[in-house]
Amino acid sequence: MSIQWIAVIGTSVLAFALKYVGHSVPPKWLAHPRITRINALIPIVLLTALVAINSVTVKTKIVIDHRMAGLAVAITALYFKLPFPVIVLGAAVGSAIAYHFGH
Amino acid sequence: MSVKRDSFSLSFAVGAYGTAFGAASVTAHFSLLQSCLLSLLTFSGASQFAVIGVVGAGGSAISAIATASLLGTRNALYGVRMAPILKVRGFRRVVAAQVTIDESTAISTAQKEPRDQITGFWHTGFGVFIFWNIFTLLGALGAKTIGNPSAWGLDAAVPAAFIGLVWPRLIDTRTRLIAAAAVALSLALVPFTPAGVPIITTALLAIIVGWRA
Repeated sequence: MSIQWIAVIGTSVLAFALKYVGHSVPPKWLAHPRITRINALIPIVLLTALVAINSVTVKTKIVIDHRMAGLAVAITALYFKLPFPVIVLGAAVGSAIAYHFGH
Repeated sequence: MSVKRDSFSLSFAVGAYGTAFGAASVTAHFSLLQSCLLSLLTFSGASQFAVIGVVGAGGSAISAIATASLLGTRNALYGVRMAPILKVRGFRRVVAAQVTIDESTAISTAQKEPRDQITGFWHTGFGVFIFWNIFTLLGALGAKTIGNPSAWGLDAAVPAAFIGLVWPRLIDTRTRLIAAAAVALSLALVPFTPAGVPIITTALLAIIVGWRA
């Protein structure tokens, strides 16, 4: 089985299990302040790391390339509070332009 | 009724992001079927982007599943909030659990009347589910028909989606410092660890900081 299939099935099973557990366990089990605090920080660190890794790495090397132009457009769009689709599309356009200049 | 209208507009707007997911997923070498199954079965935006982000960056299936699942833990806490409002059992609880996401919980908990809370949850949950899956398919089909993803900037769409998801959470100096630490830690680990490990390791930062207060 390919990496992709294992990832799709494993993630889907665990995603549902987490959702279902929330609906089924006594609230006090998960309402501990420490759990709530850590849970609020988890998306911040993981999503930021995903930004970094997907912007400037290829496999296990740091590579600065056309993607930086896309990231710069995305940050500018966010600064001006533009909506999510504009951010993603703008980044794609910026990156594509930089790619064509580099090739 | 305004809660139904709010649910519909939010569902359509959020569902449209599914286009970005479908396109990014195909770009990260997931098949059309795998991309659609992620939206149908995982059905949690950040977790889905994490799976394709980790695998696309060359990470193992284990790192991908672990990263995506840590991002899915917040859905468990949403379930804790929603269970006493919905009061459902059996098959209805299974369905409720599957559509327990950021948006359905947010719309529901923003209502005052218990009846509106229930309506808001189901309408937003089903609404996002339907649109998210339709747009995932469209995005994946679109990306399939074009050739080199880099030439279309799709490789930058993935980090752009992540930064769009995390930006609203960087509300104060403390969270920005933690985010900066996550960037530094993950990039510092890149040359020394297998792909995927630098991402999941930053969870330690959240645990250390959150543990102490």
